[in-house]
Amino acid sequence: MITLTINGSKISVEEGTTVAAAVICSGETAFRRSVTGEARGPLCGMGICFECRVTIDGEVLKRSCNITAIDGMEVSTDE
Amino acid sequence: MSEIGSEVLVIGGGAAGMSAALPASARAKVTVVDDNPLLGGQIWRAELGKIRSPEAKLLIESLEAGKITVINNAHVFGPDSYGRLLAESPDGTIQLKYEKLVLATGARERFLPFPGWTLPNILGAGGLQAMVKGGLSIENKRVVVAGTGPLLFAVADYLKAKGAIVVCIAEQAPAATIRRFALGLWRYPTKITQGTAMRIRLRDVPYLTNSWITGCIKSSGSSNAITATISRRGKTVSLDCDYVACGFHLVPSTELASVLGCRIEKGVVVVNEYQQTSVANIYCAGEPTGIGGIEASLVEGKIAGLSATGQTDAAREHFAERDKTRRFGKALNSAFALRAELKRLAGPDTIICRCEDVEYGRLTEFPSSREAKLQTRCGMGPCQGRICGAATEFLFGWEPGTVRPPIFPVKMENL
Ligand SMILES: Cc1cc2nc3c(=O)[nH]c(=O)nc-3n(C[C@H](O)[C@H](O)[C@H](O)COP(=O)(O)OP(=O)(O)OC[C@H]3O[C@@H](n4cnc5c(N)ncnc54)[C@H](O)[C@@H]3O)c2cc1C
Ligand code: FES
Repeated sequence: MITLTINGSKISVEEGTTVAAAVICSGETAFRRSVTGEARGPLCGMGICFECRVTIDGEVLKRSCNITAIDGMEVSTDE
Repeated sequence: MSEIGSEVLVIGGGAAGMSAALPASARAKVTVVDDNPLLGGQIWRAELGKIRSPEAKLLIESLEAGKITVINNAHVFGPDSYGRLLAESPDGTIQLKYEKLVLATGARERFLPFPGWTLPNILGAGGLQAMVKGGLSIENKRVVVAGTGPLLFAVADYLKAKGAIVVCIAEQAPAATIRRFALGLWRYPTKITQGTAMRIRLRDVPYLTNSWITGCIKSSGSSNAITATISRRGKTVSLDCDYVACGFHLVPSTELASVLGCRIEKGVVVVNEYQQTSVANIYCAGEPTGIGGIEASLVEGKIAGLSATGQTDAAREHFAERDKTRRFGKALNSAFALRAELKRLAGPDTIICRCEDVEYGRLTEFPSSREAKLQTRCGMGPCQGRICGAATEFLFGWEPGTVRPPIFPVKMENL
């Protein structure tokens, strides 16, 4: 298992889990806010739609569906 | 910026790209570049970091044994100078030099807007499958699978195996068309075997033909549940679920071919019998030349890899097989053609462009995607029209806008 922090809370997931799956596992379904303020979550699962973008270790606009979670990662969905 | 030179450069590590790289490596120095953490492409996407399919494992092992350079997690975003491409990777930009290029960039799902489709927990069919492969737990979750195409079956089968409760598969195509398509499958015995096995595993899942999703709302009460409405033979049915997995078949990913100047007609990359594009040193294989299923990707890959390395006699030996997969592709695409009713799903305030939140009602006055883009920013967000482009093509008959590099947003310092 690996442990990462999502919106300030620690969560453990199986190795190989994508950041997107870890976010949902943490109970969060709103990955980002759209330009009019709607809550959005993953759509395509394959790096095309950009709906799953989050901040990872301070870097913004990362597509969480294509990134494997790593121990100690800090993720936030406040974009 | 690092630099990698190859005689044959393959973009895309799915079925087509891998099967192009193998025969090419007998004659040339080959590099395969893919944007995922592992090879395999869509059909063989890794589950929790592991490839499961024995067929895919074998291909990947041969690639590794065959002195082929594999670069994962690298996103090719456009051409540099002649004979060079640029890719963004976690370690910065890579310049990829090539003599011959094979584009095997695959396809993506087509999404059609309906009221409520932007809610969280409404994903593509392949989209939800990919999330589950990435570790999302679907056990005991209720899933409505909807849209069109054989992918719905594959996804329902996969989700059920992972413990999901598949509420139904809503297939927009008419029953008679599907029956005709299924009857024609006798020419492709492996498809029959696969299809029959799936039908048996899914025997308790209603497969509703002539049925399509018309809207989704958050259910009252429980936080993430969704109520989906389905139009079924003129009647409306409401279904409660936790996820909706909805995709309307596939669209070829042709952006890279397009920025490299390869001719594209009717949404597919034009190739000759050797899988060569209109640009002499660029070949194309798999879904970008038309949606045809896994066998088509495999055989087109082989022909492209052989032809790109001068093994044209060996390439010709696969022509008959390729032609057969093309006939299958044609039957597939006509069986799952979209019905006109789907053009009327979106209401005036249904969002069409999810990046810029542009609603249907704001788009109807424009004659082309270009005009709409200028006036509303439709298609100008980070997905660069990959999601809304296929929708506005179907809804309004707009040709997709021209593609310009970078074909994906790239960090300033990597440009
Ligand atoms: C989401 C999804 C799920 C699917 N699931 C199934 C299934 O379960 N069963 C089934 O039979 N068929 C499935 N399909 C259909 C599938 O497309 C084909 O069966 C098969 O995967 C096609 O092989 P391919 O090599 O042509 O394309 P792909 O497998 O799509 O391979 C293309 C590869 O190129 C990569 N790529 C694209 N552009 C770039 C770039 N610019 N830079 C770097 N890399 C790039 C992609 O990430 C991908 O890995 C699915 C399709 C989609 C879109
Ligand atoms: S879900 Fe579409 S880019 Fe991640």
